[in-house]
Amino acid sequence: MHELSVAENILEIVRQNVPQGEEQNVKSIKLRIGAFSGIVPDSLEFCFSAITEGTLLKGALLDIEHIPLTGLCNTCATTDRLEYGIFVCPSCGSGDIKLLSGTELQVVEIEISD
Amino acid sequence: MSVITIERKVLAKNDEIAAENRTLFERHGILVFNLVSSPGSGKTSILERTLEHLGTELKVAVIEGDVQTDLDAQRIARYNVPAVQIVTRGGCHLDASLIRDALQKLDLSKIDLLIIENVGNLVCPANYDLGEAFKIVVVSTTEGEDKPLKYPGMFRSASVLIINKTDLLPYINCDLAKLRENAHSINPALELFETSCTTKSGIPEWCLWLKKKIGKPGNK
Repeated sequence: MHELSVAENILEIVRQNVPQGEEQNVKSIKLRIGAFSGIVPDSLEFCFSAITEGTLLKGALLDIEHIPLTGLCNTCATTDRLEYGIFVCPSCGSGDIKLLSGTELQVVEIEISD
Repeated sequence: MSVITIERKVLAKNDEIAAENRTLFERHGILVFNLVSSPGSGKTSILERTLEHLGTELKVAVIEGDVQTDLDAQRIARYNVPAVQIVTRGGCHLDASLIRDALQKLDLSKIDLLIIENVGNLVCPANYDLGEAFKIVVVSTTEGEDKPLKYPGMFRSASVLIINKTDLLPYINCDLAKLRENAHSINPALELFETSCTTKSGIPEWCLWLKKKIGKPGNK
């Protein structure tokens, strides 16, 4: 639901980091988005293209690295991938899970063409 | 082709302001909680019953978040506590900067407990730290026992679950045991309270927990 405000945050970060006069050369923005971040990547891409339409950043793409939801089981010490929203250890069935990845929502880098 | 490395959380700005809010709350010795739920679960009613029960024992202030109207702040103001209304005009969640602005309207030296009632929404408020000590999620029995499974992000990020409208249980198909089980499958550490704002059952237990969390309020 809040992909639009997230897209605005990304735009602000891009503008703060791209040297003056280079905005129109931004080719892509690499993001890291976790499966449990609450963000729908397709919706974020749609919102980003909508707010950059008519600006120097028009056409800049979001290059999204999808990070899976993984957890460490505090009972059997196994690290495993978890299904969305199911916090149960696939090995031993324990619900005592510490999340290791999957909540990321980061701007990693910006690619600028010469 | 050149690459600018950033490695910045998208919501870093919100997190920074939330950390400033948190520092401010700690300096003034204020316990802050962020009350979240879907629309109509009874957040404002729980607040009203809580204020009634606590009486003048604690100095409470409330920040109300709504998409439109100041109706909730009006309800709270009847209890003679400072209430600030934030109207988001379509925004689906409160963020840390909205709270920072609202704090300008409160005398922090005269508050033991600050309750922030978020916009009714079980999705977006999970991602925005406001500077609170903990999130409290409310689910009402009429919403069904599968709510925690449908919105795992919110139930995972909360510390407390209040199951509200327990007086309606005889009339509806809600499996309370299953609701508790579902909530704990998402977050085994969730503390649980069961309340009815009509009969006031469960309100004393909830308020007792709150008072214990605050400890002895300072001489404010």
